[in-house]
Amino acid sequence: MTEDAVRSYHGQPVIKEPIWSWEIPCYFFAGGLAGSSAGLAWAAGLRGNHVLARRAWAAAQAGILVSPALLVSDLGRPDRFLNMLRMFKVTSPMSVGSWILSGSGAATTVAAANAWAGAFPRLSRAARPAAALLGLPLSTYTAALVANTAVPAWHEARRILPAVFGSGAALSAGAAAVAATPVEHAAPARRLALAGAALEVGLKKAMERRLGEIGEPYRSGPGARFGHLGEGLIGAGALLLAGRGGRSRAAAAAAGALMAGGALSARWSVFKAGFDSASDPRYVVGPQRAAIDRGERRGAARRRSRALAGEPAAGSPATVPAA
Amino acid sequence: MSLQTVSWPSTYGERARPRVGFFTDTSVCIGCKACEVACKEWNQIPMSIQGFTGHSYDNTVALGADTWRHVAFVEQRVAADAREEPDLVAVASRDGAIDAGLQTYQEGDGIRWLMASDVCKHCTHAACLEVCPTGALFRTEYGTVVVQEDVCNGCGYCVPACPFGVLDQRREDGRVWKCTLCYDRLKDDQEPACAQACPTNSIQFGELGELRTRAEHRLAELQQAGQERAQLYLADEEDGIGGAGAFFLLLDDPEVYGLPPDPVDTRRDLGEIWRAAGLAALGLAAVLAGAALGGRGD
Repeated sequence: MTEDAVRSYHGQPVIKEPIWSWEIPCYFFAGGLAGSSAGLAWAAGLRGNHVLARRAWAAAQAGILVSPALLVSDLGRPDRFLNMLRMFKVTSPMSVGSWILSGSGAATTVAAANAWAGAFPRLSRAARPAAALLGLPLSTYTAALVANTAVPAWHEARRILPAVFGSGAALSAGAAAVAATPVEHAAPARRLALAGAALEVGLKKAMERRLGEIGEPYRSGPGARFGHLGEGLIGAGALLLAGRGGRSRAAAAAAGALMAGGALSARWSVFKAGFDSASDPRYVVGPQRAAIDRGERRGAARRRSRALAGEPAAGSPATVPAA
Repeated sequence: MSLQTVSWPSTYGERARPRVGFFTDTSVCIGCKACEVACKEWNQIPMSIQGFTGHSYDNTVALGADTWRHVAFVEQRVAADAREEPDLVAVASRDGAIDAGLQTYQEGDGIRWLMASDVCKHCTHAACLEVCPTGALFRTEYGTVVVQEDVCNGCGYCVPACPFGVLDQRREDGRVWKCTLCYDRLKDDQEPACAQACPTNSIQFGELGELRTRAEHRLAELQQAGQERAQLYLADEEDGIGGAGAFFLLLDDPEVYGLPPDPVDTRRDLGEIWRAAGLAALGLAAVLAGAALGGRGD
């Protein structure tokens, strides 16, 4: 049996495609934008760049407001969204993420209210670093969530996917801040956007290469189309930002929009690739069978009986006494 | 032979009951689909119309929210040496296969017919249960895995987490559904509806340890009858899910029946996944700090 002759049951899928809809990749983007914007805002504030800090807090607040709405809307039973906080389960990245998002939402709201309206002066001193710190896992846990499934294009990318999502979050936060901030105050945001762009594109490419055959859904079909669109938007935005973003507010705004769109498209690429990967038994059965054939895994089937050697196997199975 | 799971029997103490399950001996399945019907009837599962698939006698297609038992039909050309003999029953009985109760050869049409009734595996290490953020999925006192319909909020995480594609969402309802191993019947000391309805005892219900012993003898019997591809599937605690509560005797490789040859509970890699997410978060902190604090005088 070779890898290109995978046996299957009438070509039917072995695992189920996710039931998640458009809200989920949009949340990956919004959550990352919110989390990394909080970090940028806090750091900019520490440096005394309050013009940038206020805008980054606003971006964080926008992202953190949209996120729960997207998630609740995707639930099969939206009225039961509070069940997400019924327990804390470290084996469920979705449970951990719900708590991160809740904490991050509260802290970011206090920090943003302080940045824009001067509210909560004492509370915000703790809320700012809290929002910035919680923003870090908020930016990467979504990759852990999808990696912790049976979907080959996600699960086999588990070591690098969080770094891809984190880079995309940095890119998103930088892009939003670049678009909203006067150019003379936006230098840190430009650095963040350009660094995020380089890391996002580079790491995602490396991930796709490293996956080999399992990475095919990233290289063809909708996963590839969103991937190429994302690279194009990020590349164009980065060129514009590096070239004119430091002088022209309009160029910076356009570059920010392009790069944010690119980051969103990159999240869609990962999302869509997972669906293709789940629906084709080649990607599910192929690597499993190949690992068994190579002797790396024993698999779940066994042809040798553990019934005592030499013992006659005839007779009604039902009469065999329990061990 | 360990039957223990993370939460069974430990969390139940004296209320723990023996771990039960299914041994599905596909070598005696006749494809009658009585299990599918009995399951639908007892559990009051909504109708699922799939149309005509052309996949042999299978118009049920796959397990899902409204299909908790699924009978697979596989048609295979018989081996080349069988063509020399016109009577396929003779071919089948040559190695004692008929004596062993094998019913997989159709006389005269050159086809070996494999049939298998698939079901939720009630894994020892159940990914669906581990990833469920609400606790709707839980381990019962019988060691089985059940969705609490009054808790499930339809987040859908269990759907791609299951390495067998068992769980799915009922669209009109929003929640996920799957085999409960007839939890309600177990509580009344009844066997599950599918096992009771099975006319050939292809679906055997019982205490898991006893079922495994039975299965080992049945495998030896079939191997001696010349069924070299006969294999036990999910009967060992060393496999990727720690063995299943519902395991199978197959006459060909698992993927032929639509089953993954090496299913793995994603929980096994969760440490690696959390480490990667943590490192990525630290890397992000470094990038943010570098961007915000690294410039000269801006």
